[in-house]
Amino acid sequence: MTIVSSTPNNQEPKSLQPKGWLKYFSFSLDHKVIGIQYLVCGFLFYLIGGALASAIRIELTSPVSDFMPRDIYNQVLTLHGTIMIFLWIVPVVNGAFGNYLIPFYVGARDMAFPRLNAVAFWLIPPAGLMLISSYFITGAAESGWTAYPPLSITTPAAGQIIWILSVLLLGGSSIFGGINFIATILKLRRPNLKLMQLPMYCWAMLGTSILVVLSTPVLAGTLILLSFDIVAHTGFFNPTLGGNVIVYQHLFWFYSHPAVYIMVLPAFGLVSEVLPVHCRKPLFGYTTMVYSIMAIVVLGLVVWAHHMFTSGTPPWMRLFFTIATSFIAVPTGIKFFNWVATLWGGKISLNSAVLFSCGFIINFVLGGITGVALAQVPFDIHVHDTYFVVAHFHYIVYGGSVFVIFSSIYHWYPKFTGRMLDETLGRIHFVITFIGFNLCFAPQHWLGLNGMPRRVAEYDPQFAFVNQLSSVGALLMAISTLPFLWNVISSAFKGPKAGDNPWEALTPEWLTSSPPPVENWDGEAPLVVEPYGYGKKEDQQHSEVTDQSNDFEKTMQKK
Amino acid sequence: MLGLGLIAGGVWSGQNLNPLPIDASTNAPIYDELFKVLFTIGIILFVGMLGLVVFSLIKFRRRPGDSGDGIALEGNLPLEILWTAVPAVVVLFVGLYSYDIYERMGGMQPLSHGGHNEKSIEVEQKIWGGIGSKETSFTNSSDKTISPLPVEVTAMQFAFLFHYPKGDIISGELHVPSGQPVTMKMISKDVIHAFWVPEFRLKQDVIPGQTTILNFTPTKPGRYPIICAELCGPYHGGMRSTVVVEDPDSYEAWFKQNAKEEETPLQS
Repeated sequence: MTIVSSTPNNQEPKSLQPKGWLKYFSFSLDHKVIGIQYLVCGFLFYLIGGALASAIRIELTSPVSDFMPRDIYNQVLTLHGTIMIFLWIVPVVNGAFGNYLIPFYVGARDMAFPRLNAVAFWLIPPAGLMLISSYFITGAAESGWTAYPPLSITTPAAGQIIWILSVLLLGGSSIFGGINFIATILKLRRPNLKLMQLPMYCWAMLGTSILVVLSTPVLAGTLILLSFDIVAHTGFFNPTLGGNVIVYQHLFWFYSHPAVYIMVLPAFGLVSEVLPVHCRKPLFGYTTMVYSIMAIVVLGLVVWAHHMFTSGTPPWMRLFFTIATSFIAVPTGIKFFNWVATLWGGKISLNSAVLFSCGFIINFVLGGITGVALAQVPFDIHVHDTYFVVAHFHYIVYGGSVFVIFSSIYHWYPKFTGRMLDETLGRIHFVITFIGFNLCFAPQHWLGLNGMPRRVAEYDPQFAFVNQLSSVGALLMAISTLPFLWNVISSAFKGPKAGDNPWEALTPEWLTSSPPPVENWDGEAPLVVEPYGYGKKEDQQHSEVTDQSNDFEKTMQKK
Repeated sequence: MLGLGLIAGGVWSGQNLNPLPIDASTNAPIYDELFKVLFTIGIILFVGMLGLVVFSLIKFRRRPGDSGDGIALEGNLPLEILWTAVPAVVVLFVGLYSYDIYERMGGMQPLSHGGHNEKSIEVEQKIWGGIGSKETSFTNSSDKTISPLPVEVTAMQFAFLFHYPKGDIISGELHVPSGQPVTMKMISKDVIHAFWVPEFRLKQDVIPGQTTILNFTPTKPGRYPIICAELCGPYHGGMRSTVVVEDPDSYEAWFKQNAKEEETPLQS
């Protein structure tokens, strides 16, 4: 039983890497350091994006535009959207957890391309700083995160160009990450580890990375053409020069709808990791979960025009995209039924990680239902570009992805730091976040149905009360960050020691010390062929070194 | 039993809870019909899933002192087939039903601008999007009172202008007689805007360089807001106008008062 090392040893002389906390500020090639860099950096941008959201909600407590000038309001909403998508959710659900977990899951000592990995991370801080500083220097972009021309061509050029450059850098970072994940998952797997034995998060990241690699270059090309229109006065999208503004929308949404799946598929994967551990049950329906991820990837590429039902789209196109979009509900629904089936009959620890995961399920089901409704052309024609849509996508990206990010932090914090988080503070955090979130966004469905368009600084007086209710919810969401921040900071120093595997989990990242050594495992990478084998009598499949003939038998049994 | 109760509750709330504003065009009741169906299905699904999750969390919570594992259940093929097939049937039904709704709203009608059917150049112009009209027949202009009222809409930062070709009226408010089909040809002077009347359940982007068409038939007299729904600049939130739906007599009075040429407003 000779076991070949699954990865080439990292040739980097370790003495050159800074030690201690300094390594988080270095060009470290360690995937675990890079993961934490993504996570902390993303969270700082989340705080900035949240502050901007609070400014928007303060403006909307009164029907008149009185808190900030109108053009500043548009800059704030543009920055809020761009930061939350490109600097918080995408980097964290992909970059942070992907980098930290994927090498463990495939039994590797690092990502396939460690230097590319570090470059991908280090593109983010300058891009983010550039974007935010544009607000102070030239005035930020004010055409929304969608930057539809001709508005983006006619608004002040400096802010818009900085926005484009920043999104291009972030898109580049995302593509580098995607290539790295695909290569790592497909090529760095430990010997004898089959694709269908990988933890679900690997499949989610494989699907997501395919979307990233296929669609992000389209966004890059589109934004480069847009910058030509702004700087060189070309006429790709400028109607006064014969350009076509609808073409921009097609190209933009060809990336930006898959971007929704780039934000939620990894979240689906993370939930699939968290729930089985705390329910002490295998993930229900592994195979269908894998196929439904791949179905979402394929369908996700052919639904973009549902963002354009009220634009210049011919009737047949409206119809095709209605049907295609509706059918995404099927694989998505399968995943939700499987998670509920995973809960069913388990022995569920009601800790913060599970609470946030279940909050995610509830929020996302509501967002998914409004999503199917919005996919119907006649329904969408009334509520498109209203607060109904605002409510819908916040249920998807906040109620979905952000809840999962918090759930994952509660789950993996002991692995990251070697210390436990405070459970009481975690539950307080969940309760305030859940109430605040629903109070903030549920009433917005009504606002949209009754005539409040999105992206406005002023509105009809009859909407004042519901908007104030929504703002109270936003205030609760802002407050909910405080117990969380206190928890993660104080626990890093004073939290009780976690031990290697406080949850008694079976996935490979828990079969090493907390925090793990630079090489991930002191000896060989363990072969985990049943990452969700909870409740099984023969519990030995996660022992450190497994006999290969034994593995072979087990894989045959599985088939 | 619980399931039946859930379905009954969903149907009841779909029928009795109506969060929509009043319906003031022929489109609106059709829209509300779709809304009721979607709302019913949505309530059933959401409350059902919420119930399952909360029930599981309570029923299957870890009891103190119990450190064992749950049942090692890895999947169940009939269940997987069930919850693939049922949602597939539901979304297929919803998709076909909403196609029917869209068809009844006139969405699948060929787009043309009724007022200009005799000027062939105008008809040849490429129309990029919009909503056609079912009850109007553009080809037969001698067709009683049913021929539609043409209005040309110009959107600009930050206002709508309405031009009535028949009386050469230019107005900042849209006046339309109730019961009369209206066909609007919309162009934008600068950036993308959108024409939205919540009470009509209708919205169409107004796009620079590309003409769009919107047809509707108002039914209930009243004053309703016209809202720009596409971010168009700093004063986007203030880009509002009003559509005044009047009974035909008062519309005619308004028309006579403003028309530049002596002409009957309704081609009768």
